[in-house]
Amino acid sequence: MRRKPLSAVETRMAIIETKNLTYTYPGAAWPAIKDVSIKIEKGEFALITGPSGCGKTTLCRCFNGLIPHFYQGELKGEITVAGLRVQEHPVYELATHVGMVFQNPENQLFALSVEKDVAFGLENLGLPREEIRKRVDWALQLTGIYELRERAPTELSGGQQQRVAIASVLAMQPEVIVLDEPTSFLDPLGAKKIFEVIYELNKKLGITIVLVEHRLDLTAKYADHIIIMDGGRVVLDGEPHAILSSEEARLIGVGIPKATRLYQMLKAEGVKLGGKVPLSSEEMAEKIREAFKRHD
Amino acid sequence: MIEVEDVYFTYPSGVEALKGVSLTIRDGEFVAIMGENGAGKTTLVKHFNGLLKPTRGRVLVDGVETTKVSVATLARKVGFVFQNPDHQLFCETVEEEIAFALKNFGFSPDVIEKRVEWALNLLGLSQYRKTSPFMLSGGERKRVALASVLAWDPKILILDEPTIGQDYQQKEKLRQFILQMNAQEKTVVVVTHDVEFVAECNPRVVLMRGGKIVADGEARKVLTNPEIVEQASLVPPQIAQIFLNLSDLGFPRDVIDIYEAKEFLTKAFKGLR
Repeated sequence: MRRKPLSAVETRMAIIETKNLTYTYPGAAWPAIKDVSIKIEKGEFALITGPSGCGKTTLCRCFNGLIPHFYQGELKGEITVAGLRVQEHPVYELATHVGMVFQNPENQLFALSVEKDVAFGLENLGLPREEIRKRVDWALQLTGIYELRERAPTELSGGQQQRVAIASVLAMQPEVIVLDEPTSFLDPLGAKKIFEVIYELNKKLGITIVLVEHRLDLTAKYADHIIIMDGGRVVLDGEPHAILSSEEARLIGVGIPKATRLYQMLKAEGVKLGGKVPLSSEEMAEKIREAFKRHD
Repeated sequence: MIEVEDVYFTYPSGVEALKGVSLTIRDGEFVAIMGENGAGKTTLVKHFNGLLKPTRGRVLVDGVETTKVSVATLARKVGFVFQNPDHQLFCETVEEEIAFALKNFGFSPDVIEKRVEWALNLLGLSQYRKTSPFMLSGGERKRVALASVLAWDPKILILDEPTIGQDYQQKEKLRQFILQMNAQEKTVVVVTHDVEFVAECNPRVVLMRGGKIVADGEARKVLTNPEIVEQASLVPPQIAQIFLNLSDLGFPRDVIDIYEAKEFLTKAFKGLR
């Protein structure tokens, strides 16, 4: 199960690829990530999870060059993003390919109005005024904060700020969007809507998504690739159904979706529902329904 | 006991956050206050330790009105752990952070040492005792904030979004810990969006919307009512979603616990054979 490659890996293009990536923060006694070799394909929806402190956020900071350019420290091994070797390209160049939504929205918002915050990156790209207007409105509407556009980000609730942070990255329409627990302050319905938006960006616009999340109940069903980290290393890497139903995933203690757990617990009791392991309540309910029908 | 009597609260900006809330939380109760962003949950619990005072109505803690005592006095009884740990952490090391309030409450140095040790162990923070809280991850900082409040052993514990940024194992520890505190007759009030966490704990659920309480009852009743849940911008727990989806087959509608679900389905399937 360790670092099992995805099927057909050779035929598709990797947009993020690392080989033996090891990084140590300045002054730290040991590396935060060790020997990480992963490949994220263009157009994929990749989910990175693992216990807190496992190195997920650190790995994401490598994807847009914050590591090593901003954080300094010691980066060993190889990493290429959109064909660029991260060590050799500055953050502002990588940022046009990789958009980043951080865990704490307060760390990324600074303008006097929501609208200005969302427009900031676009202004820096030197886009025409009309295009900026169009993209800002589009991003505000998609994230459901159009009516907040004249408010100051600092006056908004944590959940609203998270939407602003997502909108400002969306507006850039980068090839890859990396989201580090982007909905942790949102209520579940709000979070679900954001995940649906992200899923749509992935499916319709082909934007590669890298999502860092603990709450697999909400997100596993969207992913086509899951990477589980523990103690700075990648311990499981592959297709979500296979990974989440594995004994290893349970032992590492990631939050296996309840639907998946229920399926496994029933199996242990001798109730076999057949087919693929479910990752969502819809899939599980469907399986139970079918099993009942077969007995009618 | 916390008694909230027809409380209204308006922020200086003019936003009316609470519009007539009445609620009684008895000693030893475990209550989850749930609802959408901006429903007034945090505003409500900030009244429990006197951080906010009602614009109208009154709040009593153990029979004393919160306007009649200082926040410092109330804090000894009511411990409050904030949603964003950065709003509460400021010391140079984790150890000092946890000791800070204990010093202020005038505990003796050896008691402080013991309490700090106990809190560090309880939350798995011993290896970080000499580390600056700001070097830690988001989830770890939340545990430091929790440890610093637990250390003075308040009778009533208020946790504002304690599961944010916590991984599965930490959530499980938090759950065990809350149940343990609750078994020791402490009152625990959790403000949360985390329906899965609440489904595992099965507390009393108070659901808020637009500054009012819209439902109050057992988790298994409140969280399995799709209309109420959606109004509050929540989604039913995953197990409840499965059972609600199958209610046309005669499945019960109020299952939120995975073990109960397993028992029910095992029996149902064995009955088919």
